[in-house]
Amino acid sequence: MDKNVIPVGPYHPLLEEAEYFTLQVDGETVVDIDLEIGWMHRGHEFMSESKTFTQSLYLVERICGICSTSHPIAAVHAMEDVDNIEIPLRARYIRTLVGELERIHSHLLWLGLAGHFIGYDTLWMWAWKYREPVLQMFEIISGNRNHYGMMRIGGVARDVDPSKISKLMDIMDEIEKKIEMIAKAANDDPVLKSRLKGVGVLTKKDAIDFCAVGPTARASGVPIDVRKDEPRDAYDLVDFNIIVTENGDVFDKTVVRLLEIFESIKICKQCLEKLKTVNGGIRNNVKEISAGEGIGRYEAPRGEVFHYVRTDGTNRPVRHKVRAPSYVNIPTFKASCKGIPLADALITLAAVDPCYCCTERSIKIIDKNNESRKIDLLKLSREKTEQIRREMK
Amino acid sequence: MSWYNKRLAKSIWVYHMSASPCNNCDIEILDLLTPKYDVERFGIKLVGSVRHADVILLSGVINQKVAPQVKKIYEQAAKPCFVVGVGTCPSSGCCFKDSYNTVGKREEVIPIDMYIPGCPPKPEAMIDGIVKLVGVLNG
Repeated sequence: MDKNVIPVGPYHPLLEEAEYFTLQVDGETVVDIDLEIGWMHRGHEFMSESKTFTQSLYLVERICGICSTSHPIAAVHAMEDVDNIEIPLRARYIRTLVGELERIHSHLLWLGLAGHFIGYDTLWMWAWKYREPVLQMFEIISGNRNHYGMMRIGGVARDVDPSKISKLMDIMDEIEKKIEMIAKAANDDPVLKSRLKGVGVLTKKDAIDFCAVGPTARASGVPIDVRKDEPRDAYDLVDFNIIVTENGDVFDKTVVRLLEIFESIKICKQCLEKLKTVNGGIRNNVKEISAGEGIGRYEAPRGEVFHYVRTDGTNRPVRHKVRAPSYVNIPTFKASCKGIPLADALITLAAVDPCYCCTERSIKIIDKNNESRKIDLLKLSREKTEQIRREMK
Repeated sequence: MSWYNKRLAKSIWVYHMSASPCNNCDIEILDLLTPKYDVERFGIKLVGSVRHADVILLSGVINQKVAPQVKKIYEQAAKPCFVVGVGTCPSSGCCFKDSYNTVGKREEVIPIDMYIPGCPPKPEAMIDGIVKLVGVLNG
């Protein structure tokens, strides 16, 4: 069979980050996909071993800018796990609040980018406009829009000022209304439905076989969520649901993320309500960490993030292993991209919300002596949406 | 080339190049285009190809693997093309300066004309940086 290979990247308008895909196509149909990673490799695990525990929290924060509190939360869980350190109740609520706010901002960011990829720039602008109040909340809580630096072993670094809570609540109410509007608009749009329904289906069996995590797995009917399976921080004290859908296509992945935003808003409101009444310290003073091993898990916006720390009684980790959610979600492309038209490949690739900054701590080299031609995937994807729109008129 | 630079300053087209960043400066750069900051009002536009660009926004420490690609892309740009290093990474290497995989001298890979510090810099700081660049171009 005569196959063509389409290289995408490493620098490509569709990708925020440097990435190299090779799509094997037969005519218009994608036959196989391969991925070369390592463009973002910065050697976090190695550097973490040369830094103290507190310094390495700043380092793991910079693994990824979008889930920049999930990694520190998983890392402090791992470090606290070594000595079974308990943290104050107020700190538990603050951790959960920051983690859930991050989920809202990350899902809105994804929604906007997905809209951009299929040619819905209005959705992009809307989603990013209503993401701004979330960043404003972060600025009120931590002083920075991204990279919050909130986590410490034994608690959190900063307290939430009680006088600011009513303002945070007001912003939360405002966001909820706006997101309801976006969700309604996205749900009612017939073009969006026919563009995304049945595209890039990941079956339940494939999701389990590829060990998919997070919204990618939940959209395929696999009910896994670290927040419920192994609740830490305040997750066992707040009330929320896991969103699971059955179809596994891009539309379902969008629905899962949209509904998760509402669950996150619910959790944030409960945490803010509790922070009004729960008093006490925000950090237990931890002098040293004894020799041992610890694991930390946290449900990042993209799925389960896992940290492993081995210590030898000194002030720095001997081994610090990180497994990011995108690292296990990206191989699902092999299942979801096969047999779909080229114009749908882009949104399917974007649908797992891949984050290469998180993924890349290993380098793989593939043979690329294949014949290649250039195709603009972004243009192709937008043309398809335009075509559906014309047909609907 | 001052007459040329003045024309360039009227509407700056930027190309965004991520050289192993943590993604944070990148989402802040995209944030510039969205309704709250909306730099397209001033003719600043994000373009898909470096061949159309007047300014390259570079984010991230440059690692060994992307260094040849970054060099190649800079060579493809129509000159004069100004390079703005966004964030702490291009200026000082942030916390990655001790890593085994980052290049030692970033200036040898790509000549950086201007730095915007911050981890990540606020969108206001980026706008301020671009405005200063426009001021320099206008002489």
